[in-house]
Amino acid sequence: MHETVEYAAADGFLSTVWLLVAIPLASAAILLLLGKRADKWGHWLGVGSIAVSFVLGLTYFFQLRGLDNRAVELKLFDYIEVGSFKVDFGLLFDPLSAVFVLLITGVGFLIHLYAVGYMEHDPGRRKFFGYFNLFAAAMLLLVLGNNFVMLYFGWEGVGLASYLLIAFWYDRPSAATAGKKAFLMNRVGDAGFAIAIFLMFQQLGTANYADVFNGVGSLSSGLVLMMGLLLLLGATGKSGQFPLQAWLPDAMEGPTPVSALIHAATMVTAGVYLIARSNPIFTANETLQTVVVSVGALTLLIGCVIGCAKDDIKRVLAWSTVSQIGYMFLGVGLGGGAYALAIIHLLAHGFFKAGLFLGAGSVMHGMNDQTDIRRFGGLWRYMKITWATFGLAWLAIIGIPPLSGYFTKEPIIAAAFEREGWTAWLFGMAALLGAAITAFYMTRLFVLTFHGPKRWTEEIDHPHESPPVMTIPLVLLAVGSVAAGWLMSTSVVDWLTPVLGEHEEGHAVMSHGLITALSIVVTVLGAGLAYALFRTGTALQEQPAGPIVMAARRNLYADAFNEAVFEKPGIFLTRALVFLDNRGIDGLVNGLAAAVGGGSGRLRRLQTGFVRSYAMSMLTGALLVVAAFLALQLGWLA
Amino acid sequence: MQDLQLPPIDYGAVAPMLILFGVACVGVFFEAVLPRSARRSTQLVLALLGLVAAFVVIVVESDTRILTAGGAVAIDGPTLFLQGAIILLGLMALLLVGDRSLEAGGAFVAQAAITVGSDADRRQASRSQGATEIYPLAVFAIAGMLLFVAANDLLTMFVALEVFSLPLYLLCALARRRRLLSQEAALKYFLLGAYASAFFLFGVALVYGFAGSVQFGSIHDAVRESTQSTVLLYGGIALIAIGLLFKAAAAPFHVWTPDVYQGAPTPITGLMAACTKVAAFGALLRVLYVAFDGAAWDYTPVLGAIAVLTMLVGAVLAVTQTDIKRLLAYSSIANAGYLLVGVLALSKDGLSSTMFYLVAYGFTVIAAFAVVTLVRDADGEATHLSRWAGLGRRSPLFAGVFTFILLAFAGIPLTSGFIAKFAVFGAALDSGEAWLVIFGVITSMLLAFPYLRVVVMMWLSEPGESTPTVSIPGGLTAAALMIGVVATLVLGVAPAPLLDLTANAAEFVR
Repeated sequence: MHETVEYAAADGFLSTVWLLVAIPLASAAILLLLGKRADKWGHWLGVGSIAVSFVLGLTYFFQLRGLDNRAVELKLFDYIEVGSFKVDFGLLFDPLSAVFVLLITGVGFLIHLYAVGYMEHDPGRRKFFGYFNLFAAAMLLLVLGNNFVMLYFGWEGVGLASYLLIAFWYDRPSAATAGKKAFLMNRVGDAGFAIAIFLMFQQLGTANYADVFNGVGSLSSGLVLMMGLLLLLGATGKSGQFPLQAWLPDAMEGPTPVSALIHAATMVTAGVYLIARSNPIFTANETLQTVVVSVGALTLLIGCVIGCAKDDIKRVLAWSTVSQIGYMFLGVGLGGGAYALAIIHLLAHGFFKAGLFLGAGSVMHGMNDQTDIRRFGGLWRYMKITWATFGLAWLAIIGIPPLSGYFTKEPIIAAAFEREGWTAWLFGMAALLGAAITAFYMTRLFVLTFHGPKRWTEEIDHPHESPPVMTIPLVLLAVGSVAAGWLMSTSVVDWLTPVLGEHEEGHAVMSHGLITALSIVVTVLGAGLAYALFRTGTALQEQPAGPIVMAARRNLYADAFNEAVFEKPGIFLTRALVFLDNRGIDGLVNGLAAAVGGGSGRLRRLQTGFVRSYAMSMLTGALLVVAAFLALQLGWLA
Repeated sequence: MQDLQLPPIDYGAVAPMLILFGVACVGVFFEAVLPRSARRSTQLVLALLGLVAAFVVIVVESDTRILTAGGAVAIDGPTLFLQGAIILLGLMALLLVGDRSLEAGGAFVAQAAITVGSDADRRQASRSQGATEIYPLAVFAIAGMLLFVAANDLLTMFVALEVFSLPLYLLCALARRRRLLSQEAALKYFLLGAYASAFFLFGVALVYGFAGSVQFGSIHDAVRESTQSTVLLYGGIALIAIGLLFKAAAAPFHVWTPDVYQGAPTPITGLMAACTKVAAFGALLRVLYVAFDGAAWDYTPVLGAIAVLTMLVGAVLAVTQTDIKRLLAYSSIANAGYLLVGVLALSKDGLSSTMFYLVAYGFTVIAAFAVVTLVRDADGEATHLSRWAGLGRRSPLFAGVFTFILLAFAGIPLTSGFIAKFAVFGAALDSGEAWLVIFGVITSMLLAFPYLRVVVMMWLSEPGESTPTVSIPGGLTAAALMIGVVATLVLGVAPAPLLDLTANAAEFVR
């Protein structure tokens, strides 16, 4: 069983850890409140605040390394105290939150810097940075809270910021629709998360991490299962996992740096953080772990199958995000040491996916905002830095050694083969298949964009490389994609052990060496096939295709499914209620009354207009209420 | 002939009500004797001073826990807390009522009886005078509400109900602009209100038949001990609850709410949304917790069903609204549902969290209606939502303030709306009403959608030809708006003091 969770109180320099959240928040407030006066220098304030947070984060990180008990808690004030409920406004800085802080501020800083160049000609640049800072503050709060309510605050905050940023280009109707879709699907997940928190309060009387985790052992397994499933629902909503995956690709309508920061590197991984943070709950129930693993495996396949069929550079990357987070869910679901594997994959993914998105943005910047990969080709000659950095990130994501993706994805595949019985084969092969398909569609993306014949639209004659403010972040992210994998697979796993548990190699159904060899072979095969197929370019129009490709182009009919199952009944319910509210009750009562006798007919003639129908609906309600009371009463008598 | 013994009255404890009734009577007197030019400022100052004085007395008397006036009035923790809340919220509403900077003569017409559209009406519309009777009327309504939450027997409660309702019916009809709509709203409110009062009164009669008394304490004893048929009791509870739920705007007794909120002058809508809500729930709490708590097992399922229906109707119908006042009306209905969830916790936590919710919601909703009074064009307030598109570009400050208010309604953390929902849901869960909480969470997620749709419309749409500008508020409206917004923020960030206060006040005397 899990040992008792205890956090030390923060003192000394670490007691200023709240600055991490406060600085970007203050910057956001300044940017949004000062208005046009801040237009000239606002973006630099935005970048600067994240840089300061990063430096602070690093300092805290080294402070924490020097401590014996590497988990410190900082209680700022009593937030809510109602009867037996008590919620602190408190922060927790432990190895898990520390790595997230470094990811958010580090990658966040590079993306902020890049956005200075990318948004240069946008009149709303200052507001954009305000929202961007707001997002960073909320995300930091999310990972730094010491209880589930604080996590929920951050959760809602990043949702709000993401909604605003997706819909930033309000003049594009597709952006507005995408914002709405993201919001609605997230609400489904949020409702699950909120109910899970209430469940904790009801059962354990607290939402503090330490108390909840120590109390999980006393709960019945049914309750743990329910709590875990509700948390999982929240996690799938935020992280774009099955069955709530459909919003994430549409969210790419926002500016590219937003896609990179929020919808690739940080916010969408909040679901993984939630599950990793609640690992004592998930470890306590085996069914729960199987559900998480299944969600992960299914989503990683859905993501890469759809990724093969898309022609929009950002959408391919979006579906690949869905698929890669599927790997992370697979990891956290496997439990034990695989938690740490999921987190290092998350960190590595943060680097290479941010690199890919920013690279895509750089390509779009040079190509008049064209996003269709069928209209690219041969770009390597014109944007060498983008090509090189994108190439490294591509090799990293498909998992070619010695780049980061290899060191982080391969252990997850191996861990999937370590499950017991036939599920090892099921999930192991799913992960392996996913690796092959990932290699295929990412190679297709890379080759069609940068190599092969030019298929540009007429108005582009000479694509240009982006300015240094955009390429420098690209280079730094590429360095991260190259170097970070090996570094992380060793030291970060040890670093995370106190929070997530020991990583021990289990018994796989085949030898570890064979799994490694297999995963490299399928990757190379997938990539080779894509290269052979697409090195001469591709058709400029969508071609008729078989049922599988058609289904993939339609996002495996997830949208149609949502429409049929959620949207239509929702619209129907609303219409029905509106109808009832306006006329229905009146009609119903009139019908009833006519059946009962002519009395109401005379009554009706005495009244005119709407007040009558209102009074009728009140009367109906009153009759129902009285009848319900008396029915209960008679039932009690009998 | 027997001597009639007058019951002793603790005048100190009932002083807030006496002050306000006195102020209202003096106001009527001033209306008769003062010259027209002096009336408005005198009346406004008098009303505000009366409210402040009453509030001071409540603070001084805050430790009183007694029954007085022969057991007809209970001055205890919940009474004092809710009275204080009604006075503060009433004060804010009165600031909105008194504002004349937005429109010459204010939002109220001088002579509402003149036929709309006639020559005489056009003449008076162009003159800058407005009604001044509104001040004593509003003070009468507020005083009636104070008595309503203090009433400890059913007849006193009924009298108080009428005392605060009648001035409200009148106030609804006095809008300067769109007066036909306003008069229609007033008439509807009056007819349906009278109808609901009849239910209430019939319920009182049935309960008297059961318990042989209208005093809550005696009813409480009778519920435990009486051998009478309980059909009288349950019929009575049902009908009394209906009368109170009508005022609280719970479904299916909410039907008047959208029309009346839309038609009434906006400051009065604010008064109704905040103060009437407090009064109605205060009375409901006392009736259910003090008189009928022995029957809780039987009424919880029925009232729970009403709460669920109310939340659903409010949340779902808010989605399709195109008028900001109607949108806020449906939001007010949904909030009645959340308040009912708190009431049905039937515990000390339920009582204290419901009181917290009432205050938090009251401040926010008055601030919301204050913003509504500001967004206007040549024809008065522009309430159609399409007119609010792009407001963020024209007036970022007010669009920002309104965004904050909407986020509070949506229950986003760090606003009072979040704490309030959290507290009532927590209390209900603690009492084992998980099904209500699940509906509550789901509908509040749903309800966030119409709010955020307004936010997006304000900020992310291009202002059109018809986007009105936001008027710069006069001092009174600005003060009300400021109080509301600051309270929403403070109660969201540091709710502990008020939560302590409600927890200490959450004990009825019987």
